[in-house]
Amino acid sequence: MTSSLNLWLIPVLPLAGAAINGFLGKKSSRTAVSVVGLFFSGAAFAWALSVAGRVSSDTLPYQEYLAHWIRFGGVGLPGSFSADFALYLDQLSLVMLLVVTGVGFLIHIYSVGYMWDDPSYYRFFSYLNLFMFFMLTLVLANNYLVMFIGWEGVGLASYLLIGFWFTKDSAASAGKKAFIVNRIGDFGFLIGLFLIIQHFGSLDFTKVFAQVQPIAPETAGAGLLTAIGILLMVGACGKSAQIPLYVWLPDAMEGPTPVSALIHAATMVTAGVYMVSRSHLIFECAPQALMVVAVIGTLTALFAATIGIAQTDIKKVLAYSTVSQLGYMFMACGVGAFSAGIFHLMTHAFFKGLLFLAAGSVIHAVGGEQDMRKMGGLRTYIPWTFMTMGIATLAIAGIPPFAGFWSKDEILWKAFSSDHGSWVFWLIGVITAFITSFYMFRLLFMTFFGDYHGAQVDEHGHGSHTHGHDDHGHGEPHESPMVMLVPLMILAVLSVVGGLVGIGNRFEHFLEPVFGSGAATEAAGEAAGRGTELLLMVVSVTVAVLGFLLAYLLYVSKPYLPQKIADALGSFYEAVLNKYYIDELYAKLFVKPLIDGSTSILWQGVDRKVIDDSVNNAADGARHVSDEVRHMQSGNLRSYAGWIAAGSAVVIAYMIWMGVR
Amino acid sequence: MVPLSYYLMLSGFLFACGVVGFLIKRNIITIFMSIELMLNGVNLSFVAFAAHWHALAGQVFVFFVMVVAAAEAAVGLAIILAVYRTRETLNVDQVNLLKL
Repeated sequence: MTSSLNLWLIPVLPLAGAAINGFLGKKSSRTAVSVVGLFFSGAAFAWALSVAGRVSSDTLPYQEYLAHWIRFGGVGLPGSFSADFALYLDQLSLVMLLVVTGVGFLIHIYSVGYMWDDPSYYRFFSYLNLFMFFMLTLVLANNYLVMFIGWEGVGLASYLLIGFWFTKDSAASAGKKAFIVNRIGDFGFLIGLFLIIQHFGSLDFTKVFAQVQPIAPETAGAGLLTAIGILLMVGACGKSAQIPLYVWLPDAMEGPTPVSALIHAATMVTAGVYMVSRSHLIFECAPQALMVVAVIGTLTALFAATIGIAQTDIKKVLAYSTVSQLGYMFMACGVGAFSAGIFHLMTHAFFKGLLFLAAGSVIHAVGGEQDMRKMGGLRTYIPWTFMTMGIATLAIAGIPPFAGFWSKDEILWKAFSSDHGSWVFWLIGVITAFITSFYMFRLLFMTFFGDYHGAQVDEHGHGSHTHGHDDHGHGEPHESPMVMLVPLMILAVLSVVGGLVGIGNRFEHFLEPVFGSGAATEAAGEAAGRGTELLLMVVSVTVAVLGFLLAYLLYVSKPYLPQKIADALGSFYEAVLNKYYIDELYAKLFVKPLIDGSTSILWQGVDRKVIDDSVNNAADGARHVSDEVRHMQSGNLRSYAGWIAAGSAVVIAYMIWMGVR
Repeated sequence: MVPLSYYLMLSGFLFACGVVGFLIKRNIITIFMSIELMLNGVNLSFVAFAAHWHALAGQVFVFFVMVVAAAEAAVGLAIILAVYRTRETLNVDQVNLLKL
């Protein structure tokens, strides 16, 4: 091991920023707050870069021990358990580290422009830095427990930032929804961790995985690993918004747009993918759990994509798109192609972060409006936003040579060719790719082409948005300031070239020390399937282009058609528009019984009937008894004498009886 | 020699008289005298036992009881005087303010 890398600096720097802005920000100027916020997140990025420069494949994995935490039982004895604050760096966490700090820093810069007019400017940067701290803790953890701290911490930061405009009712309840739905997932995650502790006596990644490896998939231990795997997946479902716990993510769009970009697109929601990839040894020994991951991912990808078609809120489209893309990542993990999943995670962070930031720029331009039907024709007003968003759209649609093409194609190829994969996954993946391409170009066309529909809503359309930009009057849509455009451009460049690292499986080879032997089986498949792979690639590009053409047909050349189709589809369109009524279904199935049960059983039944009544009855009883006993205190001296005499008679009788006995 | 049981019976009788008087009489002075009667009934059994067992402790005890009774009489009579001055009666049934 070489000299210390001082990894601890990376998470601690944003924490310091959060503390400074949180405690002192209220009295500081906006400039000071921006400087602090940007400096600490930028410093974390710089340190991450320097760490990346200093490590090589020989020095990884690198571990850094910071402090004792929980220890009981002698070291090595049965029943003993220990968990320390310690950091772990390997190729996987290095990729995550750079994505989180890099994209995070860019979004910090963007936020300076986007949030400048907000009265709680300092609070925003404090939360944002706090999020960075927790996310980096999650990524750098050396055991599941430290990871869990980060895991919960990003949930907290997410809650705070979704509810950032907490005076708005919908934002406050969206924050709560996100937190509660995540809690369901965390419950599964925790039980998974308990199982790991019980059977492996440790939470350290290295120790757990060392014990997992000898368990072959056929042995009795496999049931245990399947259970752990599925429970971890439940946790990942919550954090990464997969079926059935995806419902919080679309609502999370109530938060400021930079938050949607950073937390709900680029980084936090990918924590589940990271966690599953980190636990890949467990999953590889539990084929059933892997199957669950793949099925959930595939279904989510398709399901969320179909909802995305009918949404009219620009951020909601992107939210469902995020859910769908996360489904892709899980599909990749589920077929054992973890490096493909991480590859897509990285490119997705670039292009989806860009999409959200560009959407934020659009919203900024039209004065807080998020409804795409009230936009249109914006490309002449905000050309830079249009260009960068166009690049991101090409990237997510999977048009070569943009980033999304390489990673998506990798996933589709793995879904088809891997041992755990099948043509079903591939087919659904391709259908999803088509839908993705369609709704993304739909978004682009509705927003930037045609005529601007925004002017007439300007007068009244603003009141409902507690937005930083309401107060400067909007006649014409206007381009965002440079501080917002530069991050867009950088991310656009990354969205173009980010996929090139995947050419010739270079990215996969980079992650090979982590994910191991995947390449061996791959090599065999590679030789046999070169032609097939090319064919599949052509198919996926074709569907992407088809999606583009369909969107062009419907929204540019014949804009009256979508309404006709919607009318023709009738109730089905209604269902899609209302997100398949999933929220209503959950409300009926879970929320309402829970509220009713809490009201009638817990509140009226247990709390009022049992707890309140037992206390009240005890008090009532004491009063009644005292009421009766009070009459002994008559004030009549002779009755007192009588009591004394009777009492002594009883005592004497007792003593005599004892004596006789 | 008078047997011990005679003394004890007399002592018990005196004590019972005291109790009955204490319970049925309404005049504070009479009640007070009943208390003295009970004390002396006990004193009698003390000295009877002391003589029977040839143990001096019983007789010493009687002195203590008499001293305490004297002190009690002094305090008690003072209270009775005070009561009579404020209430102008010695009937205990009319002195019943000490109640809820």
